[in-house]
Amino acid sequence: MTLNGWLQIAIYFAVLTALAAPLGRFMARTFDGERTFLTPVLGPIERGFYRVAGVDERTEQSWTGYAVAMLVFNAAGFFLLYAILRLQDVLPLNPQGMSALSPELAFNTAVSFATNTNWQNYGGESTLSYFSQMVGLTTQNFVSAATGVALLLAIIRGFARASAKTVGNFWVDMTRTTLYVLLPLSILLGLFLVWQGVPQNMAAYVDATTLEGAKQTISQGPAASQIAIKQLGTNGGGFWNANSAVPYENPTPLSNFVEMLAILLIPAALCVTFGRMVKDERQGWAIYAAMSVVFLACVAVSYWAEGSGNPLLHALGLSGGAMEGKEVRFGIANSSLWSVATTAASNGSVNAMHDSLTPLAGLMPILLMQLSEVIFGGVGSGLYGMLLYVIVAVFVAGLMVGRTPEYLGKKIEGREVKFALLGILVLPLFILGFMSIATVAPFGLSSVQDAGPHGFSEIMYLYSSSVGNNGSAFAGFTGNTPWYNITGGVSMLVGRYFMIIPVMAIAGALVAKKTAPASAGTFPTHGGLFVGLLVGVVIIVGGLTFFPALALGPIVEHLAMLAGQTF
Amino acid sequence: MLNHLRPALVLLGAFTLLTGVAYPFAMTGVAQAVFPKQANGSLVEQDGKVIGSSVMGQSFVSDRYFQSRPSATVGPDPADSSRSISAPYNAANSGGSNYGPTSKALIERVQADVEARKAQNPSQPVPMDLVTTSASGLDPHLSPEAALFQADRVARARGLAPDRVRELVERTVEPRTLGLLGEPRVNVLALNLALDELGAR
Repeated sequence: MTLNGWLQIAIYFAVLTALAAPLGRFMARTFDGERTFLTPVLGPIERGFYRVAGVDERTEQSWTGYAVAMLVFNAAGFFLLYAILRLQDVLPLNPQGMSALSPELAFNTAVSFATNTNWQNYGGESTLSYFSQMVGLTTQNFVSAATGVALLLAIIRGFARASAKTVGNFWVDMTRTTLYVLLPLSILLGLFLVWQGVPQNMAAYVDATTLEGAKQTISQGPAASQIAIKQLGTNGGGFWNANSAVPYENPTPLSNFVEMLAILLIPAALCVTFGRMVKDERQGWAIYAAMSVVFLACVAVSYWAEGSGNPLLHALGLSGGAMEGKEVRFGIANSSLWSVATTAASNGSVNAMHDSLTPLAGLMPILLMQLSEVIFGGVGSGLYGMLLYVIVAVFVAGLMVGRTPEYLGKKIEGREVKFALLGILVLPLFILGFMSIATVAPFGLSSVQDAGPHGFSEIMYLYSSSVGNNGSAFAGFTGNTPWYNITGGVSMLVGRYFMIIPVMAIAGALVAKKTAPASAGTFPTHGGLFVGLLVGVVIIVGGLTFFPALALGPIVEHLAMLAGQTF
Repeated sequence: MLNHLRPALVLLGAFTLLTGVAYPFAMTGVAQAVFPKQANGSLVEQDGKVIGSSVMGQSFVSDRYFQSRPSATVGPDPADSSRSISAPYNAANSGGSNYGPTSKALIERVQADVEARKAQNPSQPVPMDLVTTSASGLDPHLSPEAALFQADRVARARGLAPDRVRELVERTVEPRTLGLLGEPRVNVLALNLALDELGAR
């Protein structure tokens, strides 16, 4: 640990907070259909899309109509991507002659990108053509992120509107998010990345002859355009196999800083958007504060653990933080910070190999994913997930004082609490359920690379990442087997849609309710007491569920490492 | 359900054309015009031939050059393409070792490398990054300590004064960006190119 390291972390968080406010306000205006400086350019495109699609932007949908529209759109995206991956050998833009993907791998990858998970059971540069990367994956990077934001807008309207029937129009919300938010930011970030050294070409791989006369084949491709949206849309699927650790994806400390900002930028800004849309920005900042408390605590533990290093290596006469699976240009502090940011958000891109993190630093990503990605979380999905915890928190507060719980003037009743708990509890069921099968069955254990508690952590990481829709991995693990392709795919679907449907049902229930004016007995939800309560509920409900499993994996491994034991 | 099909299919098609075709091609056009060198992979040429990329790391094994960090990348076995074998700095298949912190294989590998490095230079402690594999297997950098650790060996192999080689390393060190971001580092390819020039003069 160095002073410079802590300083880099502090500056990162300060810049993130400073950018969240203006972007959040801009998004609130955009989603309400107000004119912004982008309207003259993008307005005609937006209206053109509605015209050919037969969408009337003033007609809104009930929560069921909205949810069905989303499901139909996601299903269509899944089938298109599946078809592209299965047919990539006959499609154009394939200079390396990549063959078609197997059915299981194509299923896993298509689910992975349609659900905004972006788990990589394929290796980008060794498996996919440029056509698959661009037309297939880049498109899903945009629309799966836009889907998350649209769903968030529906539940926000549930709180903001009173005695209404509709929660918005899915097509309009999705289109506006893509056109006005994701695309302009991606263009800016993409060009910045090219400047820093990220390739953007359609050329074949380059054969170089090194100074020593050896041959090196260097992969190329339209990388910057995809990496920009992969970070901004909390997608995280790398253009290259080793993701943002590859120098071509992330060439400099500056590119690293900006990509790390891009990972959390939109999820952080959406807190402000939420506050604006419910007409009380303080409510959004209270949620932002709760997320920040957990985030900064995890960063501190991770950097402390990584900075202390691995005593097994120190015993060999080495000193300093463990550099196995890390890049020199990023060092310990930026690797720790990224590993927490990418798993707090449901991004899942990595700039260091999480499998090689010291045990307690490796615990932080697993924990953040198991909290169902609500610490900033995925674009849209993080905040709607957090709103489920908010409902539980006000319910707990209501029980303590014996009053009907309220949030933003809406009475929280049995129906909402039941749906919120359903959305929260289905995740541990699938993470722990699949895990317990995989840890005893030969087809589950054969994929594990490391023996001992670390192997257990590898299996736990896979299902936490899939259900949490994160997509990062303890990558020594062989995920590309029929069992893991299929159960991983199912986990991603469950993690995405079994959370979405309760969220939409809550949106539908809330939007019909009257808004009660605040009274002397109303529990204020913008102060420190509420922030503390919310953090407590997230940790107790989300974290304690997994504590026994975490104790058997990273915690045992930490103690073994201190005792000098290897496996 | 059916009334959603038209907007779903039309918008999916429209966004595929916009974000999957127009956006990457437009970005390629702009990038090629404004930053042609970076957009084409920051390739480094010598006498008209590509010798590598200034961004991507490559393998150096000779004592006459500064050697890169160990790399865990693999490539297909030429004898049997269904199996993969160790192929350090394979820039068409990035990846790390992914060994966990308590892995016996990791500790044994590092121990062997530490002993080999100590044999080359017993006078200094072995730097951590010189015996650990990077995340991508394509790390283009060494820490300044890891480069300086090799300076005497390189000087011996080339018959140069050690001080000149050490001074060259110190001149090649890239500091933290804005004095703040990242870590100080040395680009191995740039250092080795400068080294060849030093010998030629």
